[in-house]
Amino acid sequence: MSAGIDLENVCCDFGSFRAVDNANVSIEPGEFFSFLGPSGCGKTTILRMISGFIEPTHGQIRIGGMDMRGQRPNQRPTALIFQNLALFPLMSIWENISFGLEVRGVDKKTRRAKAQALLDMVDLPDAADKMVSQLSGGQKQRVAIARALAVEPKVMLLDEPLSALDLKLRQHMRAELRTIQKRTGVTFIYITHDQGEALAMSDRVGVMSQGRIQQVANPRDIYNNPVNGFVAAFVGENNIFTGSVANPSGGMAGFDTAFGRLNARLGEQAKGDNIKLYVRPEHTILTETAGSENTIPVTVSEVSFEGAFIAVHAKTENGQTLVAEVRNDGSATVPSIGAKRFASFNAAHASILPDASKGA
Amino acid sequence: MGDMFRRYGKSATFIICLITAFWLLMLVILPNVTLLESSFRPLLPVTEIGGPNDQYTFANYLKVFNGSIDTTLMGIPVHIPVHVLTFTLTLFYSVVVTLLCFVLAYPLSYFMAKIISPKSLPTMFLLLFVPLWVSEVLRAFAWWIILALKGPLSSLLVWLHLIDQPIRWISGYNGVLIGLVYTYVLFMIFPVYNAMSSLDSNQIEAAEDLGSPWWRTHLRIVLPHCKPGIASGAVMVFMLSAGSLLVPTILGSTTSQWFTQTIQQWMFDALDWNTAAAYAFLLLLMCTLFVSLVMRLFRVKLADIAK
Repeated sequence: MSAGIDLENVCCDFGSFRAVDNANVSIEPGEFFSFLGPSGCGKTTILRMISGFIEPTHGQIRIGGMDMRGQRPNQRPTALIFQNLALFPLMSIWENISFGLEVRGVDKKTRRAKAQALLDMVDLPDAADKMVSQLSGGQKQRVAIARALAVEPKVMLLDEPLSALDLKLRQHMRAELRTIQKRTGVTFIYITHDQGEALAMSDRVGVMSQGRIQQVANPRDIYNNPVNGFVAAFVGENNIFTGSVANPSGGMAGFDTAFGRLNARLGEQAKGDNIKLYVRPEHTILTETAGSENTIPVTVSEVSFEGAFIAVHAKTENGQTLVAEVRNDGSATVPSIGAKRFASFNAAHASILPDASKGA
Repeated sequence: MGDMFRRYGKSATFIICLITAFWLLMLVILPNVTLLESSFRPLLPVTEIGGPNDQYTFANYLKVFNGSIDTTLMGIPVHIPVHVLTFTLTLFYSVVVTLLCFVLAYPLSYFMAKIISPKSLPTMFLLLFVPLWVSEVLRAFAWWIILALKGPLSSLLVWLHLIDQPIRWISGYNGVLIGLVYTYVLFMIFPVYNAMSSLDSNQIEAAEDLGSPWWRTHLRIVLPHCKPGIASGAVMVFMLSAGSLLVPTILGSTTSQWFTQTIQQWMFDALDWNTAAAYAFLLLLMCTLFVSLVMRLFRVKLADIAK
């Protein structure tokens, strides 16, 4: 059982501040969809509008095709997992999980059985009679998921539920969440500011900034084909060049910079001012001899060992720092500081993009 | 203690402790001990005090069982000692006052803790506190005027055509109830408000999100969380009400008698301080017993209240 969600021209104003500006997105039934953005970008507001705690100022929210206007949170087929989980500390674990059934008038025996089945599913079979304070962070997390699943929601809304966990547990819970989502087939809407989390778990990601949805795409496209500079910068590192577009043709274009003409793909929205060229550090290569295109002479200024890769920082003649990442697989030679090198990149891996989409 | 020495030095610490000890001993412990001791001694002419008749006895305490009367309690005819009746009614109406205070305080606390914006909270507190700037005697008299047969309340209701005839508000225990609720409701509001504001609002939202109607959210989430606050408010309101003398004296009717008034009559009408002391300790003891019983019934621990 799952339902799709449609946001149509949804706006939300707090006084004169527009928290969400004209959001349009269709989320498929059974999809794992993430809203990704920095704090204050409006992602939590969107979640609270879907769950019913905030009414949109304009626009329509449909869940499973039904207009949700005027429906209270307790009438919507959604279940929200709060950032602080909001488990009920005065109830035992099984009472927590079955609370949603209790308010629906389900008898105690059925509730207890259902709670136990859900506890088995989230891999906490012995926790039924414990109190919330006796569980660890990750266990509380699972109880919160079980409690939300108990009401058999068509849509699960998750508000940064992993942010309080440590790194190892967070990575473990990512996989777990994904498994639970696949097993139950419920539509998951996940809010996060952690791009790694969003990219790793989601079917699709909506990147948000300043109340606007900047791009909706699958994680691969978000990372490889960002529509603007904000998305490119938020989901990863970039070497950025300023300049102006020259003779665009067939999706590619030249870009006149202080280092001469560089070639790259031309983004669809790359019009007007504030256009820059973005290339990822892992696509930036340092060589001892100059290549044929997109080559910039540099001097290595810093080498930082990051574990899986080595980040080589190099300065251009005019002082701009470029970063090239070299995989730590033993094959690459790491240049020493002060070495003269040529930084280059493939035009197919570089994009010419505008800054970010502003209010219409 | 060691911390105090380090902070204030030896002499200052010594003086502070001395003052506290003096206050406790001379103003709290000694008077009570004297009263307790005298409650076990008979009332004698001055010449016989310390004489052969001055023996310790429970006679003063047993005086509550003297002088039975016939009356009806909740429709049941009973033959009961008059002071025991007064005592029972005092406890009963103190419980009623406590319940009324809770009924008033709970929605108001919820409103202040969870609904109004924190910006208007100081105004709310000010409005609640302003009446406290007037002395308790004046406030009780103000209610006496408001509730008088031809007073403002009756006049207003007649003028609004809600009633035909002025109502005698101060009859039976009505006046006492109104006065006590008004005087002590703040002692309920503040602990309940404190407990309420420590509740994470997400829990209320989580309950609603799981499909809970508002009343069930209160019953299962808000009320259990506030239990210690409610308990501490209830104990205060109950004890203060049962021990109040001023309000029952001013707002009492011809048919209302509060146990504290009986104590006062022993003291100042009968001039029998020994029996008065015995009655006062009876009140203290019985109220304490009653409170501990109710606390056990509702599974409240003393540590919860002290918080």
